[in-house]
Amino acid sequence: MSRRGVVRGVLMVLGFILLLLLVWEGAKALGGDPWRFQDGSGAEVVYRPPFDWPVTSDRALPHVWTIWNALSSPVQRQQTQTLGEFLFGAALYTGREALLGFLAGAVLGVALAAIFVHSKTAERAFVPYVVASQTIPILALAPLIAFAFGNGVVGIVIVATYLTFFPVTIAALRGLAASDPRAMELMRSCAASKWAIFWKLRFPSSLPYLFSALKIAATASIVGAIVGEGNPGGSQFGLGRSILNFNEQYGSGPEKLWAAILAASLLGVTFFLIVRVVEHVVLRGRPDADMG
Amino acid sequence: MPASPSAPLSIRTSDTVVFSGSITDLLDEARANAGVVVEMKGVGKIFAGGKDGLGVEALTDIDLSIRRGEFISLIGPSGCGKSTLLRTVGDLTGVSAGSVTVNGKTAQQARLDRDYGMVFQAPILFDWRTVQRNVELPLEITGMSKADRAAKAKAMLSLVELADFAGHHPWQLSGGMQQRAAIARALALDPSILLMDEPFGALDEMTRERMNLELLRIWDRTETTVIFVTHSIPEAVFLSTRVVVMSPRPGRITKIVPIDLPRRRDIETREMERYFELVTEVREALRAGEGAALGASGDVARRVAAEGLGG
Repeated sequence: MSRRGVVRGVLMVLGFILLLLLVWEGAKALGGDPWRFQDGSGAEVVYRPPFDWPVTSDRALPHVWTIWNALSSPVQRQQTQTLGEFLFGAALYTGREALLGFLAGAVLGVALAAIFVHSKTAERAFVPYVVASQTIPILALAPLIAFAFGNGVVGIVIVATYLTFFPVTIAALRGLAASDPRAMELMRSCAASKWAIFWKLRFPSSLPYLFSALKIAATASIVGAIVGEGNPGGSQFGLGRSILNFNEQYGSGPEKLWAAILAASLLGVTFFLIVRVVEHVVLRGRPDADMG
Repeated sequence: MPASPSAPLSIRTSDTVVFSGSITDLLDEARANAGVVVEMKGVGKIFAGGKDGLGVEALTDIDLSIRRGEFISLIGPSGCGKSTLLRTVGDLTGVSAGSVTVNGKTAQQARLDRDYGMVFQAPILFDWRTVQRNVELPLEITGMSKADRAAKAKAMLSLVELADFAGHHPWQLSGGMQQRAAIARALALDPSILLMDEPFGALDEMTRERMNLELLRIWDRTETTVIFVTHSIPEAVFLSTRVVVMSPRPGRITKIVPIDLPRRRDIETREMERYFELVTEVREALRAGEGAALGASGDVARRVAAEGLGG
């Protein structure tokens, strides 16, 4: 990626955020509750949107600045910790679980693919189960996993792993099997072992496929960690628990739930970008390294 | 007393045993000493499939003996089995009949012993490795130490005059340079046989002629045995010590043309009287082979006409 490419990327992200804010507040300007400001002298200024839409009411969709201000307010009455600090801590906690789940899922996915690519029998026998595993709703499975592995981090990491390994397995299998057959012959002519063929040919040539899946897996691992925390036997900490708690308190402070959602999506974007950067570093020196 | 070929035999000078074994062993050893690198006897190859499910006969009754240091070109029209022949020598495909002996071993053993260097029509360099690391690939597979690998790769790259491009990635090189890198990689293990399957087929005519000269220079310096598949008559004549002319349906050797041009060859060689005579000889051999193949299919046509295609 050239420096110009980086600048363009950052500008695009900023532009997108600006567009989102405009649409958000634009919708609220068209319909919903009255906007109240204080002008320079302290007198109240009221703006009344022309339409009365329930979806853009302050209760359903708080103002952006209401959410922003909530971040620096105490998370609960009589507490010194701000909502922002609280959510940052929760995001770190969830991020750690998601990272463990992501790594476990990536390793499991590549390992399964490595087995399947070397054994047609194993592929035929087990790939249907791998696919079937993803048809079970994670909401049904998460409590069972928590029941089996306890309320700690382990159960949550397993949920994250469960959502992560599937795209990695499928993409890695495709990538590992897609090596140039002529390159395979070259390895054969050097009497290369299966091990050498895997590490020197199959695995490196599968990396572009693998990274496409890892980018999906990065965000899926966070969904998994949040679902894992949120289920009845789940965690006392983390974004998943915060989302459930703030959901219960929605009537008194909708902006808290929105702030938690914002934190979860920021965490997802961060994960995605980290994988993107690693991809860029690992695939540098290849002709089509930057495929987005 | 008449000795059977496999009966034990010993040869002595006074009290020292010079040789002990059977006559077959003795013959094998004699052959090895005579410098036979590749010995093909009655080799046939049938691929599964074909219209009638009986398989496609790619090679039939191939007898060929290649001595150390020779440069053998295999030439013939598409489908004559020249690539298949090369691949049976390199154990990239098995034989259906006959035997291939390489350095006194089976082709498979020779491959496992890394007696071959392969160069294909496409360079098949790994994009994620630099040119130098591509040349190091076979050395990594043999488990050579890092320092030795680097030194050997450097030497090979100098040999093909790519030393200045060691740190480049393959896709930053021209087609001719990529193929030179592939040759350096094939030579990295000091193979006794270099197998080249239309290595310059994808290059333009000018680059190709330059690569021909380079290959002769490398062959001269490494003293390896080369088996070279090509479509080009001038290329075959210019490079080879012998040109093996093949013909299709089924693939077989129709003629072997010894090339008695001086060993040192350069641009001038391509303008020698003898060079043109040899080009003509190979061309006529190819045409004769083609005629024979047409004749053979003509027979089939006549037979079908006479017997019908059956109920």
